[in-house]
Amino acid sequence: MTGAQILIEALIEQGVDVIFGYPGGSILNIHDALLDKADKIRFVLTSHEQGAAHAADGYARSSGRVGVCMATSGPGATNLVTGIANAYMDSVPIVAITGNVQLELIGRDSFQEVDTTGITMPITKHNYIVKDVADLADTVREAFIIARQGRPGPVLIDIPKDVTAKAADFTPKKVTRPEARFTISEKRLERAVALINESKRPLIYSGGGVVFSDASDKLKEFLLAIDAPAVFSMMGLSALKHDDPQNLGMVGMHGTPAANRATIDCDLLIAIGARFSDRVSGNRAMFAKNAKIIHIDIDSSEQGKNVRCDVALTGDAKRVLDELIRRAEKKDRREWNEYLKEYADKNPLPYFKKNSDITMRDVVKTLSRIMDDDALIVTDVGQHQMICAQNYEFKKPKTFISSGGLGTMGFGLGAAIGAKVANPERQVVLLTGDGSFHMNMNELACVVSENLPITVIVLNNSVLGMVRQWQRLFYSARYAHTNLARRTDIVKLAEAFGAKGFRVERIDALKDALKNAISRNSPCVVDVKIHKDDSVFPIIPPGGSVSDMILKD
Amino acid sequence: MELYTLSVLVANHFGTLTRVTNLFSRRGYNIKELTVGETENPKLSRITIVTEGDEPLLRQIRKQLSKLHDVKAAKVLPFEDSVSRELLLVKVKACPEVYDVLRKTRAVVLDGSDECIIAEITGETKEINDFIEIITKFDILEICRTGATALQKGGANINSDLEVNGNGNYVL
Repeated sequence: MTGAQILIEALIEQGVDVIFGYPGGSILNIHDALLDKADKIRFVLTSHEQGAAHAADGYARSSGRVGVCMATSGPGATNLVTGIANAYMDSVPIVAITGNVQLELIGRDSFQEVDTTGITMPITKHNYIVKDVADLADTVREAFIIARQGRPGPVLIDIPKDVTAKAADFTPKKVTRPEARFTISEKRLERAVALINESKRPLIYSGGGVVFSDASDKLKEFLLAIDAPAVFSMMGLSALKHDDPQNLGMVGMHGTPAANRATIDCDLLIAIGARFSDRVSGNRAMFAKNAKIIHIDIDSSEQGKNVRCDVALTGDAKRVLDELIRRAEKKDRREWNEYLKEYADKNPLPYFKKNSDITMRDVVKTLSRIMDDDALIVTDVGQHQMICAQNYEFKKPKTFISSGGLGTMGFGLGAAIGAKVANPERQVVLLTGDGSFHMNMNELACVVSENLPITVIVLNNSVLGMVRQWQRLFYSARYAHTNLARRTDIVKLAEAFGAKGFRVERIDALKDALKNAISRNSPCVVDVKIHKDDSVFPIIPPGGSVSDMILKD
Repeated sequence: MELYTLSVLVANHFGTLTRVTNLFSRRGYNIKELTVGETENPKLSRITIVTEGDEPLLRQIRKQLSKLHDVKAAKVLPFEDSVSRELLLVKVKACPEVYDVLRKTRAVVLDGSDECIIAEITGETKEINDFIEIITKFDILEICRTGATALQKGGANINSDLEVNGNGNYVL
């Protein structure tokens, strides 16, 4: 077998059924070999390598499997970089395969040559350049183990062109998935349980780790056992039903007043699979300053990285929660829960309806009511994303796909492609803004040619809303370069790509228009006109704390 | 700010040192000294890093290092309980007084001519610093100095940390 054939066999062995990518000179052999295995591996040709990386990411987030993307050397590899960095920040298991120039040309500034492993070193869990075809199959096997073991993340395999042409034997092997091994000391568990039992006002702060490790049911069990409320990072949102009485909503910069209040009033904060990012904690020294902190995470380096930590429990969320549920005293903490309930009722998410314009919240609320319970909601980055995080009524875990850590505008369309390919039977909606949409709308070409029934809803306020909002609040309303005023006709654009386009300008037409677009079961773009001053509140200024929360203009 | 010595067992192949130094630069950690060399096991190299900081920072550095796939064990060497050595080579203009002074130190002359002398000294960082102070009154042509390399005293050794690295992952 050639190296290219070995690579494909090794991918099939790992259960890979789809690759997102874009061909080029250095990766020709692999594409050629893929042609012979088209019955086993579907190849999704994106418009741009960045879209392929985001698609692999969306595929992985929505399915729990490893996403695979592929690109040629040089610009192909550098175009993957944003997507890989995005997956790294949000701990998403993807394997990126890049071609490189032949070994003999490496280091000579050859055509389409870059130092791919050097460039991607800080944004991958690990990366390889395979110089000997004999190492190729085992490298693929190891890459898949690393991508999903412990805290998941991206792995890159760079393969020089001549290595894909050289012949070697391929010996199939049984797929092994060694799990990370953790032993939590009895002493630590006892200390954690003692803190929980002593606590009058415990609060759970739950993150993406709970969603990824399928620990949502365990979380609910734990909440019931210790009668504690929960707040969520954006990555953790879909872990608990939106209307669960113990759900206080999102915490942090754009979190609900009640969730943020709870972080001040709690006497014990139990963080699970969350990393105290600056968007959650703001001023690190002030965050949960009256509370002891128990931090449960699969990555021990997260414990004590951003905020202090009284007890660190390292391990898989599901297993650690099991231990705690078994040991913690069942307790009634009615007073604390009632206090927060009352606080939440008196301090809802602020909402301003100035006139008959459609607000972003209207769209999200409408969408919540018409989508299936298991529909996948994908977003880009900006106001629409935060409004969605605040207001969408999540009913099932792993239904929210959004760029958290890196905050990548342009993430959405690629991610939606990946999510739809992984879940052909489920509804997939991309909620985006006109800024984000313009960044990677080229992927509409891929959506149409793959005939993926994705509904794209563009919340079109003709400005870069989130940045503009910061300019209004923190830069004396000096609107530098945020007035997009693009003259793109999004409906015509959608039609030009071969999708269906709709425009909605009046609130009374909104629900029917969205319903109609979603029920068409074909690629659609809905252009929804939003007023440029529609904003996201509350907002805690960067580096601030809960007392700095701004509730209105 | 205190100085700490980290001992790191890594896979002995190209790129590993870059991964380690990249991590330090990416997270804003400081490398005061760094040495690297193969171990008794040709598959493994050992990197010794002297860094500056406090206990929490040091814990963080150790944990971040342990996450690198090529790092097989990472350990902080307790200062009181370790031996540490640096090597210095110095080239000075030859004169009779140099020989007199060198004789009074632990330095060894490795190469000598009418023109210049290359001398070697090994010792703890302080000994090397003291030696440099003595020798600077002569005409130094160039100096070359390694970082510290260190081992923990007693039976404790880094190989016992090998099986599972600090992040709970099997060493592949």
